[in-house]
Amino acid sequence: MSSLTLHDVRITGAEGSRNYINDEYGALSWLLTKDHKRIAILYLISITIMFLLGGSFAVIMRVELLTPEGDLLTSDTYNKMFTLHGIVMIFFFLIPVIPAILGNFILPIQLGAKDFAFPKINLLSWYLYIFAAAVGLYVIITGGVDTGWTFYTPFSTQYSNTHVIGVTFAGFIAGFSSILTGLNFIVTIHRMRAPGLTWYRLPLFVWALYATSVVMLLATPVLAITLVMLMFERFTGIGIFNPAIGGDPVLYQHMFWFYSHPAVYIMILPAMGVASEVVAAFTRKKIFGYRFVAFSSLGIAFLGFLVWAHHLFVAGISVYSALIFAFLSFFVAVPSAIKVFNWTATLYKASVSWATPMLYILGFIGLFTIGGVTGLFLAALGLDIHVHDTYFVVAHFHYVMVGGTVMAYLAGIHYWWPKITGRMYNEFWARLAALLVFVGFNLTFFPQFILGYLGMPRRYHAYAPEFQVLNVMSTAGASILAVGYALPLIYLGFSLRFGRKAGVNPWGAVGLEWTTSSPPPKHNFEETPVVTWDAYDYPAMMKAVGETQNV
Amino acid sequence: MADISVTEHHHSDHAPTHHVTPLWQYLLVFFALAVGTVLTVVASRFDLGMWNTPIALFIATVKATLVILFFMHVIHSTRLTWVVVIGSFLWLGVLFVLTFADYLTRSWSLY
Ligand SMILES: [Cu+2]
Repeated sequence: MSSLTLHDVRITGAEGSRNYINDEYGALSWLLTKDHKRIAILYLISITIMFLLGGSFAVIMRVELLTPEGDLLTSDTYNKMFTLHGIVMIFFFLIPVIPAILGNFILPIQLGAKDFAFPKINLLSWYLYIFAAAVGLYVIITGGVDTGWTFYTPFSTQYSNTHVIGVTFAGFIAGFSSILTGLNFIVTIHRMRAPGLTWYRLPLFVWALYATSVVMLLATPVLAITLVMLMFERFTGIGIFNPAIGGDPVLYQHMFWFYSHPAVYIMILPAMGVASEVVAAFTRKKIFGYRFVAFSSLGIAFLGFLVWAHHLFVAGISVYSALIFAFLSFFVAVPSAIKVFNWTATLYKASVSWATPMLYILGFIGLFTIGGVTGLFLAALGLDIHVHDTYFVVAHFHYVMVGGTVMAYLAGIHYWWPKITGRMYNEFWARLAALLVFVGFNLTFFPQFILGYLGMPRRYHAYAPEFQVLNVMSTAGASILAVGYALPLIYLGFSLRFGRKAGVNPWGAVGLEWTTSSPPPKHNFEETPVVTWDAYDYPAMMKAVGETQNV
Repeated sequence: MADISVTEHHHSDHAPTHHVTPLWQYLLVFFALAVGTVLTVVASRFDLGMWNTPIALFIATVKATLVILFFMHVIHSTRLTWVVVIGSFLWLGVLFVLTFADYLTRSWSLY
């Protein structure tokens, strides 16, 4: 096995010795664990289940939309399908997926720490997630909910006769799970860095998770209080948001989007962090403009708070504030573009490896760019009025969320899979799956840009016959995408038993996580590492490798 | 806070200095909060016109500040804690200011 011992960090544990997986046995040793790595595995299993659930709602919708008539589902059932798809995918998949799985596993190791600052709180946040998911599942089984994932008032507080209180309560609880995760990350990054690991030596994944955690801490409480007010109004009939009883429905939208726009950055910032790690590892280069990429994460986190009312352009807000929000929304493009340009500059003249994580990240960069640029279309006041509530919006945010976050998550899980499990997956099947995901994704969502521009509204189970061809294309793409997502479940599962041993550092990457054994021992390192080098010190490594080859 | 598993080398250099607050200080703050409550009730008995809400909010703000500074120990905390506290209120300010930017300009004519 290749085990480059650069930087004189002592490699812990010979292969086959004790690690976090075989250190203890039995269900309780997992369910009561305080080990961040085991908690990451708990999240991996539960979030994957929620992804399959949310995906199945999408499949049902795409099958319904094969024909212009509403023949498979009633309009009421269709309303529940898109609502549940949105709620499950956003609150139970996209928000936690990268921080809670990859962040939980990798962050303390990248810091050279034994665990998070608050290991018990880390476990608590998983239990809160599970409790919220259980409430959500109860709602789904007992009839679902039909408000859309945004729970707009007064429909949600007065007119809907589905389980609004149950599902908003689930969202409320899930919010606390993410607040605790953010808190733990921030304290850990401040207090638990290995000696010598200064802020500017941190991997960019850590910077990205730090920015994400700030957003989680500052935005999520506003969602919590908004949902409480919603439940309160529905329960007591005292008017807060419902104009019929003295409330203000636009106030609900202001407060909801004060959380939910920054939530977009909770989903995409960690993805950008994964992209930086993978681009550096598979080009063998330092990330071009390290500080720009690091601070652009904080810039996005900050600016992301100042743009929320671009969701309210047709809701009756003042034209003057709409102007300001449109202007501020354009501004977020700047730090996002800084990242894209810096990744591209890193790729320039590099010998790029076509390993699976890199394939996903190349897809990520392109798809995120399309998603981001179409976001600028929507931030433009005049154009937004034309495409508002059409499939153009649906296509835009799926390019960001699926083309961006899901692609980067898949890149990250492939990149760190050898570290997490100690095994290599089958590269052929993995590349094939990456290709299928890319092709399937574009075939699913690109036609939706055209549909939306032509005027097809979102959230209807029936549509005008002239839209059918593009809808059939979209459904065909969705089935390819489904195969692309199913494949990793199979070959990654297979690798657990039949994959070859990964060794300490299968990619020849730098970073503290690649200096400890795979899977890592219970306390990550045998002795606390002392860091004397910058992040992505690939030039030094290439030099070291050259020297050993000359011997 | 018992489960902070700080790595060895971090023990001394960051550990916050523990300040023990004397009991009389807590009692004094409690007394001030009680006075604030009485003042709020008294103020509500008089019709002060446009000053009704500002005065109630002012008393509430003073009380909240006392709680944050003394009961939550912020006054003896590190600079970083101050940054977090002030930052949180700035963020709340963002929510208020930009929301009111909508409500207060709705009546403005377009041209
Ligand atoms: Cu937005």
